[in-house]
Amino acid sequence: MESAGVQSAENTTAAAGSDAAPEAAPSAPRTGRAPDARSFVRPAVIVALLAFVLIAFPSMFSQYYVDAWTQVAIYSIVTLGLGVLVGRVGMVSLGQGAVLAMGAWVAARLLFATSLPFPVVLLAAGLITMLLGTLVGLPALRMSGLYLALITLMLAGAITVTLANINFPNGGHGFTGYNGASVHIPPIRRPSAAITDTAYFRYCVIVAIVMFVLVLVHLRGRPGRAWAAIRQSEAAALTAGINTTFYKLWAFALASFITGVAGGLVAGSFRYLNSLTFTTQDSITLLAVVLMGGAYSMWGAVVAAFLLKFLQALLNDWGLSPDWLTILFGIGVLQVLTTAPRGLVDQVPKDLAKLGRLLAKPFRRSPAAPEREEA
Amino acid sequence: MVEISELTVRFGGVTPLDGMSVRFEKGTCGLIGPNGAGKTTFFNVLSGFVRPVAGAVSAFGEDLLKMTHFRRARWGVRRTFQTEQAIEELSVYDNVAMIHEHSKLSGSTRRDDVIGAISLVGIKADPYAPVGTLSAVDRRLVEVARAVVGKPRIVLLDEPAAGLPDEETEHLSNVIQSIPEQTGALTILVDHDMSLVSACCETTAVLDFGKLLASGPTRDVLRDERVIRAYLGTEEVG
Repeated sequence: MESAGVQSAENTTAAAGSDAAPEAAPSAPRTGRAPDARSFVRPAVIVALLAFVLIAFPSMFSQYYVDAWTQVAIYSIVTLGLGVLVGRVGMVSLGQGAVLAMGAWVAARLLFATSLPFPVVLLAAGLITMLLGTLVGLPALRMSGLYLALITLMLAGAITVTLANINFPNGGHGFTGYNGASVHIPPIRRPSAAITDTAYFRYCVIVAIVMFVLVLVHLRGRPGRAWAAIRQSEAAALTAGINTTFYKLWAFALASFITGVAGGLVAGSFRYLNSLTFTTQDSITLLAVVLMGGAYSMWGAVVAAFLLKFLQALLNDWGLSPDWLTILFGIGVLQVLTTAPRGLVDQVPKDLAKLGRLLAKPFRRSPAAPEREEA
Repeated sequence: MVEISELTVRFGGVTPLDGMSVRFEKGTCGLIGPNGAGKTTFFNVLSGFVRPVAGAVSAFGEDLLKMTHFRRARWGVRRTFQTEQAIEELSVYDNVAMIHEHSKLSGSTRRDDVIGAISLVGIKADPYAPVGTLSAVDRRLVEVARAVVGKPRIVLLDEPAAGLPDEETEHLSNVIQSIPEQTGALTILVDHDMSLVSACCETTAVLDFGKLLASGPTRDVLRDERVIRAYLGTEEVG
């Protein structure tokens, strides 16, 4: 009987505790986000948008541009990974292009050497790249800023050189599976359900969605909060009991994992990989577009991938060299760093809203909506 | 109880702590001294950011210097910073909950503990608002809430009242006084506001040039001639 009394007393205190928080419903998630109408509308809009992309894009665009969108989907995973490092944890890595190449190499090797299902190969490529990519992250524990950027760039160079010299597997024999004669080279295998380019586009979008959800779960949870603390002040993070070394490595592991998975998708998309597909310059361009798109938002990653891969396809289509993009990205980074540090994903909606108000101005004089004028 | 013996810290040719020995018994203890006396360095030694060249720190029977910095926080060494360090992009709740989820405390009491800490320090803002949108006073209170949530053993407050208006300092003073009785933690307060120190602290220690100048009941210490001299300077020149 006594224990029952204690029980109910505890329940009352618990209830009083949650009453103290004005918006804390007992069923509210642990992070303490209060549910409101917006939290239901937003996911609905996102789901509708993704369904539209998956269903309508292949019939809206020519095969050439569907392939371009496939690259956008794949590279949005890569830019997302770099965005986590730069925007959320504050570690600048110039080695992500090489991490992507590692993922592609591992996946191509596994696709030729084994008959494992494609998703298993992607997972394996992600995990192996995670181990290797975390090594790239080790200098981050001792260095930051410019020196970290330089070291990761050098490592990227080392990896690119190594991969260039051992060649990408192309179905030949031996450990690297390289056939120098380049005759009757079998293409890199694709998932059996996504052999055609259109089906492969949808496959890549779905994998990208899974990767975005994986990162979202991280950002909303304990690691996301720890990364926010580390980015703002390492001292504050340490005094909150956060093992900063562990969480920095975790960020590199997560970014490497999803970049490795993206590498596997790259292998499947090109069918024939060679070391020219990945250059050290890619790593630099990646950072530029991530900054332009917006490193602090997940949508910024999509914008970054669009800038990187869709514009490239567009210039190719117009018969211009995509190398011109380097200049455009240079100017873009300058613009973003000076006027819109949160990237285009933050700046463009603001500018559009401003433009909308400007265009609406002549009409607002009408008696229909005078209250806006007074406000 | 925290016992410091012969603590010495050297940065190159500078010796911010020079054989400091002192004992903090319980409740709220003051630590005062002129600028550059070594107060913040002392806090940095306790939090593990600075490694002393000599000396020992025994806290509730544990050798504090043997613990890594983030483990000390988990064990119960909490602090606030001279320049407030609440995490802007996280909500008040997450800021406070973060320290709870990284210590060994059970997750089932987290919500109550966090809400309890927020109401203990009296933050008026919405607990789910990002800290970046809060007033300077509330941000500082968020830091204090982070220091008292869960089971703190030692709470180090580094000039918590710096730059606050008088009425807010009074509120803060009430909060600080309630920390030992509400949490059982030993609180060490560093501040230049002597009325705050006398209101909150029964005992006070005075540092000057890295050495303990005086310690004892706050009233006696503040009347001590050596202390007054350290603050106002001496007439001797050269």
